[in-house]
Amino acid sequence: MDHPVSTTIARYIVLLPLLGAALNFLAGPWLQKTFGKRAISLVGCGVVVVAFALAVKAFAAMIAVPPENRFMLDELWKWIDIGGLNLEIAFWLDPLSMIMTLIVTGVGGLIHIYSIGYMHDEESYWRFFGWLNLFTFAMLVLVLGDNLWLMFVGWEGVGLCSFALIGFWYKVLANTTAGNKAFIVNRVGDWAFVIALYSLFAALGKVGHPTLVTREVAQYAPLLAGMPGYLGMTLVTFVTLLMFAGATGKSAQIPLYVWLPDAMAGPTPVSALIHAATMVTAGIYMVARLNFLFSMAPATMTVVAVVGGLTALAAATIGVAQNDIKKVLAYSTVSQLGYMFAALGVGAYSAGVFHLMTHAFFKACLFLGSGSVIHAMGGEQDMRKMGGLRHKMPVTFVTFLVATLALSGVPPFAGFMSKDEIIWEAFAHGHTVVWGFLLLGAALTVFYMFRQVYMTFFGEFHGTHEQEHHLHESPPSMALVLIVLGVLSLVGGLVKIPDFIATFKPFEVFLEPVFSSTATRAIYAAQIHNHSIEAGLGFVTFTMVVLGWLAADFMYRQGAIDPSRFSQAFGGVAYDWVLNKYYVDELYDFVFVQPYLWATRGFAWFDLHIIDGVVNLAASITVFGSWLSGLFDNYVVDGLVNAASLVTLDLGGRLRRLQTGSINGYLYGILAAVMVILLVRAVLHV
Amino acid sequence: MPGAIGLGHFLLLSLVIFSLGMVCVLTRRNAIGILMGIELILNSANINYLAFAFYGGGKYDGQIFAIFVIMLAAAEAVIGLAVVLAIYQNFKTIDVDATETLSG
Repeated sequence: MDHPVSTTIARYIVLLPLLGAALNFLAGPWLQKTFGKRAISLVGCGVVVVAFALAVKAFAAMIAVPPENRFMLDELWKWIDIGGLNLEIAFWLDPLSMIMTLIVTGVGGLIHIYSIGYMHDEESYWRFFGWLNLFTFAMLVLVLGDNLWLMFVGWEGVGLCSFALIGFWYKVLANTTAGNKAFIVNRVGDWAFVIALYSLFAALGKVGHPTLVTREVAQYAPLLAGMPGYLGMTLVTFVTLLMFAGATGKSAQIPLYVWLPDAMAGPTPVSALIHAATMVTAGIYMVARLNFLFSMAPATMTVVAVVGGLTALAAATIGVAQNDIKKVLAYSTVSQLGYMFAALGVGAYSAGVFHLMTHAFFKACLFLGSGSVIHAMGGEQDMRKMGGLRHKMPVTFVTFLVATLALSGVPPFAGFMSKDEIIWEAFAHGHTVVWGFLLLGAALTVFYMFRQVYMTFFGEFHGTHEQEHHLHESPPSMALVLIVLGVLSLVGGLVKIPDFIATFKPFEVFLEPVFSSTATRAIYAAQIHNHSIEAGLGFVTFTMVVLGWLAADFMYRQGAIDPSRFSQAFGGVAYDWVLNKYYVDELYDFVFVQPYLWATRGFAWFDLHIIDGVVNLAASITVFGSWLSGLFDNYVVDGLVNAASLVTLDLGGRLRRLQTGSINGYLYGILAAVMVILLVRAVLHV
Repeated sequence: MPGAIGLGHFLLLSLVIFSLGMVCVLTRRNAIGILMGIELILNSANINYLAFAFYGGGKYDGQIFAIFVIMLAAAEAVIGLAVVLAIYQNFKTIDVDATETLSG
């Protein structure tokens, strides 16, 4: 690691999507008009697919070298060099960013291809692909940036692109509002993140190593141990807590998760790309990337684990009562991100990243599957109006089911490998409460997912005749993507099999160099390593999964139990709370939005009456002053000027008489003058 | 040597010629006449130069000045006649009173 391998491949991976975005934004309308939407598809998907191919090539190069050499640096140019802050535009490929790059370009590329079919009737097709490309670029900058500022640039970039894509259909007010909400809520987290970066830089400066280059931060972080920070915390705790606050914004955790469900207003491929597979994983990636720092702050780790566990459970309970096909998936995403944070919080970083990857596969598949359903239903998103779709849309149904099984954690699907690992790790690291949350969440996950599958694909069709007539399987480009993602959901987890089944974990081994700081190793060493307990708890988890499935099966397929019996329990209060998402949006509205609006109204009044009043007064005074000055100018200054000119004119009028034009006259004049001079001299004797 | 010609005689001659020239310049209306008057004035000055040079110590600066003045008179005559010709072309006369168009 002392001598990272120099490479140039990373820059092409990053810049290709930027090229695509530039082409689409600058020449898109022209391309679309001249060559049709095919040209846009070619550019938009092509750059990402090529970037993926390059990423695969880089990956092949990386696994060909021994683990301690798996660090590649691609330096482009110096960026900032002031006051000890020395940053470059440079991309850093290590096992962690490699995996993220593969996910971003791979799953992202599939979603790009899917969009060809899904967005086919869209007028500003080029704009969509431009933003998708730009988003991919920003995400790659976030992932590959070799310093934290460059990461932050990508961090903001995905925020911007997400805003634009959520509000893609900007003619509907609700969509733009959702875009605003995502943007503003993210800003809250970003604000914390920036403060964390400043504090970290300042602290590293105090120990003599001012830097924000990630690998150097990793090198010098141990020097920060025990340094006092602010608000009575140690510095590392302070910094990591703020960073986690940033992560809660980007990765939709309590308390900043509220934007993600609303973000479903965007086109479905956007939901799959941004709000399932890539952008929301930024927080996870950041924590995993800075694991050496987080591992040094046990207090922060506990906060991360508890917030993750709580989010996993709370979002799952909300997911149970949603009727919008995409909202269920949105809350499911929030919940699964909670699982990832729980994994990070207990110190099982590679388990978190592993779940990030498998989740990218099956959640993208689910979102795209739901997109396929929405496409077939002519834009209908309410599951109560669906049903029985499995006969009309076999491909969508099968892939959706596979992804559901994966998300539910049924062996041997990808989600089982990763989620079971997380639940076990929570227990193994002694976080029993978090473990309980995650276990309950797992049961609820199965319940709401199968509820969704049964409501959508089983039973009778509940929509209109028109919709029924219109039902169709999606075009090949979409179906193919679904199949690929379905296969990945099935086998994608086989790169890390739970220890109690087999000792096969190349994924974890591959990531090991990234999670090798002293503090992280200490956490790993402190956990329980006992395969029989792990197997036993794995069985408990599986039991919960089966229970969740049985409940869904009884209620929504067999109809043996009427769901309304549960919804009416406790006088329907509990159901109302869940259905209305615990009134969190209302709470935020009451606590933040309304006071803000009042304040703005107050400021508006102040602006209108006080500020404008002062300005108007100043204007009046100025007008009066200029009137006075005008008078002075007209009468005094102009008077003087006129007087001068009048005198000159008058004098000239008189003096012109002297010029007679008569040569003799002049000569007489000269003679007279000479005589006068001589006379004067004679008289005065000079 | 009383009755011999001395400096005073030359100065007197010079004064007479100067006065004649002055009168000629002041009274003539014919432009060429005026130029001739100027020639007289210049030549009276030459007489002064030569007289002072002759009686004043044997230096040659007076003579040299006289030559300068002659040269000056030649140049003045050339330009003066050219001006007169130009006036004639414009006014068909060389009567200076008829050309008072520069009056203010």
